Amino acid sequence: MSEAIAQLVRVDRISKHFGEGETRVDALREVSLEVHPREVVALLGPSGSGKTTLLNVIGCILDASSGSMDLDGERVIENGSWQRRDLRKLRLDKIGFIFQSHNLLPFLDATDNIAIVLQLAGADSKAARRRALELLDYLEVGNRGTSMPATLSGGEAQRVAIARALANKPRIILADEPTAALDSKRAGIVMDLLRKLANEQNASIIAVTHDEKIFDRFDRMFYLRDGRLESS
Amino acid sequence: MNLAYRDIRHSLGRFLLTCVGLGLLLGVVLAMIGIYRGLVVDALTIARAPAIDLWIVEASTRGPFAEASRIPGDTREAIARIAGVESAGSITYQTAEAEHQGRKLRLYVIGHEPTRPGGPPPLLDGRGIGQSHFELVADRASGLVLGDRVPFGRSTFTVVGRTINNVNSGGDPAVYMTLADAQKLQFDLSPSASRVQRARGATPAGRDTVNAVVARLKPHASPEGVAETVRRWKHLSAITQEAQEAILSQSLVDRARRQIGLFTSLLLVVSAVIIALIIYTMTMEKLKQIATLKLIGAPDRTIVAMIVQQAMALGFIGFFTGALLILNIKDYFPRRVILEPDNVLALGAVVFIVCLLSSGLGVRAALRVDPATALGG
Repeated sequence: MSEAIAQLVRVDRISKHFGEGETRVDALREVSLEVHPREVVALLGPSGSGKTTLLNVIGCILDASSGSMDLDGERVIENGSWQRRDLRKLRLDKIGFIFQSHNLLPFLDATDNIAIVLQLAGADSKAARRRALELLDYLEVGNRGTSMPATLSGGEAQRVAIARALANKPRIILADEPTAALDSKRAGIVMDLLRKLANEQNASIIAVTHDEKIFDRFDRMFYLRDGRLESS
Repeated sequence: MNLAYRDIRHSLGRFLLTCVGLGLLLGVVLAMIGIYRGLVVDALTIARAPAIDLWIVEASTRGPFAEASRIPGDTREAIARIAGVESAGSITYQTAEAEHQGRKLRLYVIGHEPTRPGGPPPLLDGRGIGQSHFELVADRASGLVLGDRVPFGRSTFTVVGRTINNVNSGGDPAVYMTLADAQKLQFDLSPSASRVQRARGATPAGRDTVNAVVARLKPHASPEGVAETVRRWKHLSAITQEAQEAILSQSLVDRARRQIGLFTSLLLVVSAVIIALIIYTMTMEKLKQIATLKLIGAPDRTIVAMIVQQAMALGFIGFFTGALLILNIKDYFPRRVILEPDNVLALGAVVFIVCLLSSGLGVRAALRVDPATALGG
């Protein structure tokens, strides 16, 4: 990866602990990492190693106990304190989420599941639907625009979820076990898609995964154990 | 994009069933309110029917409804001569049973003098009593129709006119007959009992007794002033129309009124708890979706609006279902159900407030949801 491209995600000595005294649990211990544009990286590690905690901190869902973090060149955490008040807006503008189970809203059709993100960002209804349909076409599920999530196959639902994550053209996409619910073939297709997105949208993709069959699809893998980053 | 509407549309059948269930409950609440109102109105109907100003009854009684009252039949002439009295009429009240077309009718028999105060209110159909004997004006609730012949005592009466909504506080339909017929029915002994009395040498009791005399006053006469004049006769008591109505509503039906009032209040509390539980459960079922919404950047107001709008939709659809149901079946209730617009609107307002407060529970739960829940921990 070229050094000339600034990192999209920079985590600097981030620690996170829960509880105090005897009940204190150190979920992250001075973790540092950088992810650049067009990189697809994996967070690996056994259960309880801190992968999801790190993903939550990067996703601005969970605060850090100490350390700093920059997203897309903006200082978001400084010495364990948020530097932005409106984290919701930050998430809406900069971060897209892809879930283990697609987490599509069951009462909205595929198009509206994507359009809602755009509308929350201020787009009008028509423009939001137009962009949603474009995304569905881009992810090759354009024919399922009016389908409700319950009628979509696992692969289709995951594509719609990916389309939703891309709706606001975020530069950082966080994926929590994105292929866990898919068979090998579909898992491969989803990873190809994420790679394509990273390249075409100049985005960084960070995925938590246990899925060994897709390990070769990542540019780098960060291995966490007991809250510490062991290797990358 | 209205999320509340989309969510409702997604599970429309379930939502409508919930609304119907709530509607039935609110319908029962409305019915109880209607019965409560009906009870109060029924209690006053008979007292209001003659449209008079003063009731003259036996001394030291609050008759003729709350307590028994018997006064001589000639009292009417004495009352009619008091200054300020425009006209007066004697009246009797009694509950009687009659058999008609194979079924027992429980009726509230009112004896009156047809040309004097004390007669029925404006008629639904037919005419007033025109003969001295054996004619009846019956309320529609009795099931009698014009021309029906009804046996009372040893006589048979013909229905010549009908009133509507003219029942006593117990719900028994009123029938009007001449004072003479009513006195005969009330005071005459059966032939065998009469023979026994004669054999004992007892003097036959006079039947010229009435339960009350009602008086209509001249336009500028003071009811209290005339009542005071009547009370100077120690054997009589006088009650103004206003006081009579107070006796009826506060004394005669007070316990039933309070009973129904308390039951209605309990039903309202139960409804409030059920509405709160439904809305809370609806929210709890959507926690993962709410977490997802938060994660993708939905502001709290979007989530709050979704819950509150659903609560309002539930309340209003339920309320209108219940109101529609009761308005359509209220005439089939054995007792009168009176739903005034203000009662219905008041319940609507209560439902609105309950829904708003109930949705607070759901909103509280939703706002506490951690967006990280959507990521699976």
